Amino acid sequence: MTATTTATAPPSVADLSTISTYVESRSAILCPADKHYLFEARLRPVMRKHGLADLRELAAKLRMNGSPALGEDVVDAMTTNETSWFRDIHPFESLRTTIIPELMAAKSNRSLTIWSAASSTGQELYSLAMMIDLQMPELHGWDVRLHGTDLSRDVIAQAKAGRYSALEVNRGLPAQYLARYMVRDGAHYVVSEGLRRKASWDRLNFVAPWPPLPRFDVVLCRNVLIYFDVDVRAKIIRKIRDTIVPGGYLLLGSSETSIGDVEGFQRLVIGRTTVYRKEHR
Amino acid sequence: MLAMVIDDSRAMRSILRRIVTELGFECVEAADGQDALDKMSEGPVPDLALIDWNMPVLDGLSFVTSVRENRDWRDVTLMMVTTEGEHAQIVRALAAGAHEYVIKPFTPDAIQEKLQLLGLVGVEA
Repeated sequence: MTATTTATAPPSVADLSTISTYVESRSAILCPADKHYLFEARLRPVMRKHGLADLRELAAKLRMNGSPALGEDVVDAMTTNETSWFRDIHPFESLRTTIIPELMAAKSNRSLTIWSAASSTGQELYSLAMMIDLQMPELHGWDVRLHGTDLSRDVIAQAKAGRYSALEVNRGLPAQYLARYMVRDGAHYVVSEGLRRKASWDRLNFVAPWPPLPRFDVVLCRNVLIYFDVDVRAKIIRKIRDTIVPGGYLLLGSSETSIGDVEGFQRLVIGRTTVYRKEHR
Repeated sequence: MLAMVIDDSRAMRSILRRIVTELGFECVEAADGQDALDKMSEGPVPDLALIDWNMPVLDGLSFVTSVRENRDWRDVTLMMVTTEGEHAQIVRALAAGAHEYVIKPFTPDAIQEKLQLLGLVGVEA
């Protein structure tokens, strides 16, 4: 998910093609120029670092070929910071083995509500839905609600449709889940209707007024807060905290544990995952 | 750890060899399923086989079936890497004994993540 919206000129097809060709020629990794939103999301930190206003300026700079450092950053951003299924795997294990069982034991209303706060194209939330369906039969009969939000209209549209290319389903989705929960549609794979019914989606910009949200037992906000400065990050975490029930959990990205202690949360290590449990007050 | 790349395309074998080598595997190649069975019989037996589906002499699905019929090879992890993306094909391969499935085209990250799922490559905490 991207961090902020800025009023910049949209890139032309030629600009996107320049970036796509640049990345492909240096990494041999397919980088479809039609995935405009991915370029925006992944290259924003690079543009900020190099003082570039938008993708047009970035493409112009790449055409001049004058900055090897910029080129490297572009390739890294486009090839290593993608969303994937069961990303980092350990948080899912922590949820399955510890967090969700603990929440179930503490709850009397047999309902569980989980928010993927930087959902991107939906893989994180659908991974959870698949894991719960296949590996947590004790939750059958519970009212499990999964909510995903992202800044980008395009990625939310894809998440809602649950429609992925072969390149996307290859990224970490176990074959047994692919066989069980995805239906082929031409060159794409679509999440089964049963799972899609369990998820709701909405746009949400962390730094703009938030839409109404329910109270959550678990919030996943992984690999997005690093894009914000310290003050804004603290404000966002406070707002997220207000949406979590006492005793509920916040999971940040594996690279975000340097954030350290978070006010109002108890910092715990479960397995190989650092998590934050909201204090009872 | 030893990986065997089984594909009738020399270019694809080269790509997969590069990927698994960077992930720390030793690598041997086979040009079809029969070539792979012959090399496994001679030894050494690989820890991991990356298997194309459509190959001359012996196809990938038949290779998987043959490997699964031999108890001496029960520890070999089998991962299909193929253009065959139909749902029924994926189900067939899993039923025959394949552990994982990657649909071409793929990115190097996809191979790495699948091998992480299989516990053959570590995941950063």
